[in-house]
Amino acid sequence: MRALRAFLRSPAAVIGSVILLAVLVMGVSAHWFYPGDPLGLAGRPLQWPGQNPRFPLGTDPSGRDIAAQLFHGARVSLLIGFVATAIAALIGIAIGALAGFYGGAVDTALMRVTEAFQTVPNFLLLLVLVAVFGSTIETVTIAIGIVSWPPVARLTRAEFLTLRTRDFVQACRVQGLSDAHLILREVLPNALPPVIVYASVVMAVAILLESALAFLQLSDPNVPSWGNLIGLGRNVLRTEWYVSAIPGVAILLTILGVSLVGQGLNDALNPRLASGR
Amino acid sequence: MRILRLAGRRLAASLPTLLIILAGMFLLLQLAPGDTVDALMAQIGGGDAAFAAEMRRFYGLDAGVPAQLWNYLSRLATLDLGHSAIYGKSVATVILERLPATLLLMVSALSFAFSFGLVLGVIAARRVNRWPDTLISTLGLIFYATPSFWFGLMAIVVFSVHLQWLPAGGLSDITRSLSGLAAVVDVARHLVLPTLTLGLIFLAIYLRIMRASMLEVLSLDFVRTARAKGLSETRVVARHVLRNAMLPMVTLIGLQAGTMLGGSVVVESVFALPGLGRLAYESVVQRDLNTLLGIIFVSALLVIAINFLVDILYARLDPRISAEE
Repeated sequence: MRALRAFLRSPAAVIGSVILLAVLVMGVSAHWFYPGDPLGLAGRPLQWPGQNPRFPLGTDPSGRDIAAQLFHGARVSLLIGFVATAIAALIGIAIGALAGFYGGAVDTALMRVTEAFQTVPNFLLLLVLVAVFGSTIETVTIAIGIVSWPPVARLTRAEFLTLRTRDFVQACRVQGLSDAHLILREVLPNALPPVIVYASVVMAVAILLESALAFLQLSDPNVPSWGNLIGLGRNVLRTEWYVSAIPGVAILLTILGVSLVGQGLNDALNPRLASGR
Repeated sequence: MRILRLAGRRLAASLPTLLIILAGMFLLLQLAPGDTVDALMAQIGGGDAAFAAEMRRFYGLDAGVPAQLWNYLSRLATLDLGHSAIYGKSVATVILERLPATLLLMVSALSFAFSFGLVLGVIAARRVNRWPDTLISTLGLIFYATPSFWFGLMAIVVFSVHLQWLPAGGLSDITRSLSGLAAVVDVARHLVLPTLTLGLIFLAIYLRIMRASMLEVLSLDFVRTARAKGLSETRVVARHVLRNAMLPMVTLIGLQAGTMLGGSVVVESVFALPGLGRLAYESVVQRDLNTLLGIIFVSALLVIAINFLVDILYARLDPRISAEE
C-alpha cells in the first residue's frame, strides 16, 4: 500500500501510467473501432491525414487505413513486450538465482554462458534466431525473450549473492529446509524488487527490438506492426513522410510510458535511492 | 605494466566465452532450414539432387555435425573464416571490406554520445531540480524512447529532403572523385546523420548515468574537503568530481559495445552505409550462413577488444584498481 501511494505521488509514474493505459485501451478497443482486417484494402492509397474524413490518419502505399493499423499495432506491440519480458525474466531469474545461490562451479558455468550471450550483439543474435526459426510472431517474441535475459540474470545473481549469507536465510538453512524452499520462498521475494524495476527496461528494449525487426521486414508480415508500417513508408519517404512519421510517434510514446512507469516503480520500491533525487 | 597484466587476465578469461559463442552459433545454424547450397541452387535456377550432393561435398557440408564443427573451429584458429558462396570471396575479405565503415560509425557515435552525455549530465547535476535539469532530463527520456530507425528517417526528411543540407545516404559522394581534405569533409558530411541516429539513445543513457553519478560523488566527504579548502565550485567539479563521476560511464562503454554494434545494423540499413551491420542483414536475407557466422565471430572479437580497452582506461582513471594485486 505504501509503495502504491509512493508510486502515485510521483508525477513521472502518473504520466507514464496514463500513456500506457491509453495504448492499452487502443489495443483492447481495436476490434471494436476497426472490426475489419487492418491489413485489408480500405481506400485509395496515400491519402494525407485529414484529406478524407473516413481516414483521419490517412492511408499507406497499399491503400490500408493507418489509424486501423495503429490501433491493432498497439495490441501487437504490448503483447510482444509483455510476453518477451516474461520470458526474459523467467530465464534470467532462474539462471541468476541458481548461479547466485550455489556459487562455485555452477556459478562459473552459468556466468560463462551469460557472458557469451552478452558478448554477441543482441540484435545480431536476434537476426540469427529469426533466420533459423522463421519469423512468425510467436518465434519473434520468443527470440526477443531469449536475447534479453542476460542483464536480468546478472541482477538476480548479485541480489542472491548478498542475500544468501543473511541471518534469516542461515536460520532457515539450519532448520533443514530444502534448497528449493530457500530459493523460492526466502531469497527470491527479497531479490525481486530491483528485478521488477529492471523489467520495465527489458520491456522497452523488447518493443524497440520488435519494431526494428519489423522495420527491416524481417518480422511477421501478416501482423499489423508499427515497425512494419514505418518500413513500408520508407519507399515514399520523400513525399508522403507521414506514413513513417505517425507509427514512430506511437512507438516513442509507448516506450516513454514504459520508462516513466519504470522510474515511478524505482522511486516507490527503492525509497532510499529516491530520496537522493 | 600491472594494468596490462590485469587487463590481459580479463582477456584470457574471455576465450572460453568465445568458444561457447562459436559452438552455440554453429549448432544453431545446423537447425536452419536450407543451407548455402540450397540458396546457391535457387540462385542458379535449380538443379538435380546429384548436383546438390556434389556441391555439398565441395563445400564440406556432407560431413557429420561434430566433424563440421571441429573443421570450423580448427579453421578459425588460423583466422580462416571460410568462403562466402554468395559473394564469391573469402568471408574474411568480405568482412574486412565492410569493417571500416562500421568502426567509423561506432567511434563517431560513441564520441558524440559520450561527450554530449558528459556535458549535459554535468549541467543537469549542477542545476539539479531547476529548469535546466528538468529540460535535460526530459530530453533524455524522449531520446531514450525514440526508435533509432525512425529518427533516422525523419532526419532524412528534414535535413536531406526539405533543407537539403546533408546527404541522405551512402558513405561518400560517388558522382565526384574527391581526394585529400575534400574527401574527408565529404565522408564527414555523410556521417553526420548516421552518427546522430546511432548515438541518440546512448546520449540519453550517458547523460542519465552521468547526472546520477555526479550527484552521488558531489555528496562525498572529499568534495566537502575540497570546498572547505576554498576551491571554487568550477575547480571542485573539474579537478575532483569529474574524474570519479566518469567511472560508471566508462564501464557503460564496454557493457554497451554489443548494443551499439546491433544498432548499427538498423542505422546502416537506413542510410545505405556499406558496413558490417548491413552485411549481416544481407546475409540473413540471402542465407549466407558462413558470412553470418563470420560476422558473429568478428563482432564478438570486437566487443572483447573494446572491453579490453575499457579495462585499461578504467584502471588509468581509478588508481585503486591497479594497486590491488
